[in-house]
Parts: sequence; structure tokens; C-alpha cells
Amino acid sequence: MDRSSHSRSRRMAPLVALAAAAALTLAGCSSGSGGKKAEESAEGAAAGKANTPRMTVALVTHQSPGDTFWDIVRKGAEAAAAKDNVKLIYSADPSAGVQANLVQNAIDQKVDGIAVTLAKPDALKDVIAKAKAANIPVVGLNSGVSEWQKLGLMEFFGQDETVAGEALGKRLNEAGAKKAVCVIQEQGNIGLTQRCDGVEKTFSGTVETLNVNGTDMPSVKSTITAKLAEDKAIDYVVTLGAPFALTAAQAVSESGSGAKVATFDLNKDLTGAISKGSIEFAVDQQPYLQGYLAIDSLWLYKNNGNYMGGGEQPVLTGPAFVDKSNVDAVAGFAAKGTR
Amino acid sequence: MSMTQQAEPAVTSPPAPGPKDTDGRTAERPLALRLLARPEVGVFLGAVAVLVFFLITAPPVRDGGSMANILYQSSTIGIMALPVALLMIGGEFDLSSGVAVITSALTASMISYQLTMNVWVGVIVALIVSLAVGLFNGWMLVKTGLPSFLVTLGTFLILQGANLAITKLVTGNVATDDISTMDGFDQAKALFASSFDVGGVQVKITIVWWLVFAALATWVLLRTKYGNWIFAVGGNKESARAVGVPVTFTKISLFMLVGFGAWFVGMHQLFSFNTVQSGEGVGQELIYIAAAVIGGCLLTGGYGSAIGPVFGAFMFGMVQQGIVYAGWNPDWFKAFLGVMLLGATLINLWVRQTATRR
Repeated sequence: MDRSSHSRSRRMAPLVALAAAAALTLAGCSSGSGGKKAEESAEGAAAGKANTPRMTVALVTHQSPGDTFWDIVRKGAEAAAAKDNVKLIYSADPSAGVQANLVQNAIDQKVDGIAVTLAKPDALKDVIAKAKAANIPVVGLNSGVSEWQKLGLMEFFGQDETVAGEALGKRLNEAGAKKAVCVIQEQGNIGLTQRCDGVEKTFSGTVETLNVNGTDMPSVKSTITAKLAEDKAIDYVVTLGAPFALTAAQAVSESGSGAKVATFDLNKDLTGAISKGSIEFAVDQQPYLQGYLAIDSLWLYKNNGNYMGGGEQPVLTGPAFVDKSNVDAVAGFAAKGTR
Repeated sequence: MSMTQQAEPAVTSPPAPGPKDTDGRTAERPLALRLLARPEVGVFLGAVAVLVFFLITAPPVRDGGSMANILYQSSTIGIMALPVALLMIGGEFDLSSGVAVITSALTASMISYQLTMNVWVGVIVALIVSLAVGLFNGWMLVKTGLPSFLVTLGTFLILQGANLAITKLVTGNVATDDISTMDGFDQAKALFASSFDVGGVQVKITIVWWLVFAALATWVLLRTKYGNWIFAVGGNKESARAVGVPVTFTKISLFMLVGFGAWFVGMHQLFSFNTVQSGEGVGQELIYIAAAVIGGCLLTGGYGSAIGPVFGAFMFGMVQQGIVYAGWNPDWFKAFLGVMLLGATLINLWVRQTATRR
């Protein structure tokens, strides 16, 4: 007994020494710049908490895993839920059939309200009717601005993708652009196609679309570089998501093309790029607001019978432009991952 | 392209013709056949065909900068296709290789940022994690005897979920924080993601690494005992074991080699884009496997080369970018890609059949 424990401790000794040495080495390796230590510890938009009875709300989106945009929507929803004494059930799946099942799941749980994105409205039609039959109020957010009333939703929070595209197209005219390329990171996605179509509608120059493989960044970069080489007349690259804008800016600067970069949607690295000038402007649809208002509206309906947008009109959360003139005001919020 | 010279036949040369053969062609034919019987010849011809095709149809491809861009795209596929090909020759394949790249990049980024360490600490920890993933795959395979499809499908799903959940848990977001201002970043960038000037053309360093790794892999496959072991375990595991080949060691080390590749490509992504999106990498594993198969490696194992996947990756990069350089309707992009790859694979098959028919 004694012997074995003795020999074990002797065997452990080199390991302990190794661990200690490793710890010491690591301690000497700390970074003098950047990193977590440099990040300011900032509090979120926390307010008080309502004393209304606890209610349960389901938020069902068509998010694909790991998308920064949807992370912000969810944070907005969580902030509203915390404030309104709401238990939030979040679920998501990019395939329409699975999303419909998730809504059914929420109905089965007898939630007090459902907020749902209508990326593929037809697939959700039946299940939304079931929710109505079960007397569960349903609101829409993000996608489906032209469909929400037909499906009998109470309210809608989002941006008209075509309108946002048109706004960006006008902005390109003001900037004096002649030829733009619209970079689609997910071939066949309706919302993304609508954005490019909107740009084409108002932009007085020509627009070409470019499909890239959104799950492989090096390939996105190569493909944009290739497009810039193929057509030297391109003077604006329009991306449809913040991470792709940053990659496009790299491709532009390395290819030596004089093209400028504009984008839909925002994240914290993008605000830095706008203030540095490597990206001209971003069209923000305020995803935080979409998530927040969707949950808050269900709470208001339950506790005070209110309809946002009067039940007739959608509540538009975009397009809001972020450029050099207002980026500093936005940057602080974006750094927290809430704008 | 000078890599062809370093390639050696991966299959035994056909026996020399008997002295009684006197129909005049025999002196020439065995050499031509021997050349054609190499696993990489089909893909070499396919790659040349694709290159010539795009040189004709897409004028911008003739520019040196465009070629550097195509080779860059090829290199990011090719560096991973090499260990994936070796593993395939060894009779296994790895579905977790695409997300493993992102796992590695996320690890390095989060370790450095969250602990405010020199980025090299993150890079080393990421290497350990990547090798551990490979070790786990190999160990599970050897211990359980399950097919590698199942084992690595499990790892693929585990890593895909863990990438997302751990990133969200640690950073509060689904992408990592920018590490470009941290100590050691510039050194690491120089190693993994820099570019240098060749006659006015910016060439990415990954292209150099790709060719270096390919040369190394070719040497290992054809000139070392370990290379023989790889062919042996892929050809017939039981006979290999019977003649004293360490099957367990060979299989596990091949999976760890894929881990090393994932680490290298992960570091490239991290140091060229400063941040990593946690949902990326899904689907890339099939592209690596495709590059290896187009490169002449058999899905059943025991046959293939390290130089074939180099051309396989080049073909992939060439077609993917060539379509853009040619300015074709982007809606057809995936369809074009599929048709050209299928065509190239058929050329490959035809060449191999012609060569082995006597």
C-alpha cells in the first residue's frame, strides 16, 4: 500500500515538474496588446424586470448554425425576455420542413406566443393555422414582409429586402458608381436574391451577381479576386453579409483593384473597417430590434392587448445606413455583439 | 508543374518484354504504358485539358496574377487533400476533416484571446488539439473495428456542434474576436498566410507549403518503410499484419496526419482573416476527398499517389475560378463544376483502363 503510493508519487514528480514548467513558460507568453484584457467589460442593455405573470414564448427561425446575424436577433429576444419576465424557447433550422415541425413543437408545449421567420411561407402556412386554432398569438420577423398578413400573423418586424436593396442602389448612384457586383454567399436564398434585385432596380449602372461558397472563406476571397480580374470595370463590390464584406475588402486591396466595398448587415469587425475606410457603408436591418420587438410585442399583447403597426402595417427595422459619419456611435454597441 | 519530375511510379513496373518480341513496337510501348499506369497520369492530363480550355475561353486566366489566385485556391484544398489521400491509400477516410480545420482555428484564436497570451501559445495548443482529434479517430477505429465512415461521421457531428457551442460559451458570440493586434500575430502570419513578390505577381505562401508537403509526402510514400506500410494496410490489412506491418500504428498516425493538415489550414484561415466563423467548414471534407479521388486514389485503398491529389486540387481550383474568369452565368456555377469534374474523372478512368489493357 505504502510502497505503491510512494512509487506513484515518485512517478508523478516529473509530470508535476513538467506542468509547473509549462505554466511558467505560458506565463511568460502573455500578449502585451489586444486580447481579452484590452476588451472593455461593458454591460448589456439591461433594464428592470416586469412583475407581470411568467409567460412562455417560442422563437423559431430559419437560422443556419453559427451565423453572426442570427446570434444578434437571439440576443435581442433574450434581452426582451429577461425584461418582460418571459421564458424564451429558441429553436431554429434552415430547412423549411423542420422549421414547421419546430413550430408544431411549440404549439404542443402550449406556449403563450410564437414568433416565427417566414423564409419559406408556404411550408409554414398549415402549422401557423394550427397555432391560431389553438389561440396562440403568432408574430413574424425578419423574412416574409409580403406574406405575413396572408398567413394571418398579428404583427411583423423586419426589413423589406427589396426596399433595402433599392436604398443601397440609390446610395451607389450618389457615390457615382458605374458597375457593381453583388456577391451571393448562399445560392438560391430568396432574401439574398431580392436584395440584389433591389439594387439592380434603382442603380443606374450595371449589376452582375457572383455566387460564392459561404462556408469556405479562402474560396470566397479567391472568387472575388477572380471576378475583379475578369472585369476591370467593376467599381463597387456589394456583399450580403458582414463577414463576406471583410473578406471582399481584403480581396480588393490585394488585387490592387480600385473598387469599393459596401454591404448589407453589420458586426463589430465591420464597424472598425468602416471607420478605417476599407468599407464604405453598411445597410443595417437592426436584427437586435427584430428579436427584441417580436418578444416584447407578444408580451404587450398578452398584458395590454396592443398591436404594433396597428395590425395593418409591418414595423420596419431597416434599412438604416451606417457609414463614416455615424459609425462611432454604433461601434460601441456592435462591439458587444448587440448591433 | 515541375512536380511531375519528382513523381515515381507508385505501382510496380510491368515485366520487361521477352527478347523474342520483335514486332518493333515493344521497345517503345512498355515505357508509354509504364507512364500511363501511374496513378497521377490521368489527372495530369485532365488538369492540362482544363487549363488549356480556360486559357482559351477566359482571357484573364493568362495573367500571372490570375494564375497565382487559382493556385492559392488550389493550395487551400490541396494541403488538406494530401493527408486525406494518404489516409485513403491506407484504406480509410475522414469525414471530420472539414470542420476539424475550423476547430483548430477556433482553438488557437480563443486560447490566445481569452487568456491574452502570445498567439503562438494558441497555435501550439491548436496543434495538440488537432492531433488529439486525429488520435481519437484512429484509436476509435482500431479499438472498435467500426468502419471509418461511422467513426468520423460521429466526430464530424461532435466537432460541428462543439465548434458552435464552445465558441458561443466562451466569446458570447458565434465568431471569434479579432486577434490581429496581439503579440506574435505578425510572425505567425508570415509563416501561415503571407505572400511574396515573383516578377510583380503576389504569390501566397500556402502554394509553397503545398508543394513542399507534396514533395515530402511523395518521398515518404515511395522511399520509406512507412510509405510501404501505408500501401500495405490499405491493400490488405490482415496480410499486412501477418508480414509484420504495425497496422494500428500506421492507421492512427495517418489520422493524426490529417489532424496536422487541418491544423495547418486552420492556422492559415485564422491568420489571413483574423477572426473565425464557428459555422464554417461543413462540406469541405467532401471536396478534399474528391480532390484525392480525382487525383487517382482509389476509395477502396491500397492504390494512389501523393502527386495525383496535387493535380486534383489544382483542377478543382482551376474549374471553380475559371468559371468566374470566363464570366459565365453564375447560376450554372455548381452545374459547370460538376460536369467538368465528372468529365475529368472519366478521362482519368479511361487513361487508366487503356494503360492497364495490354
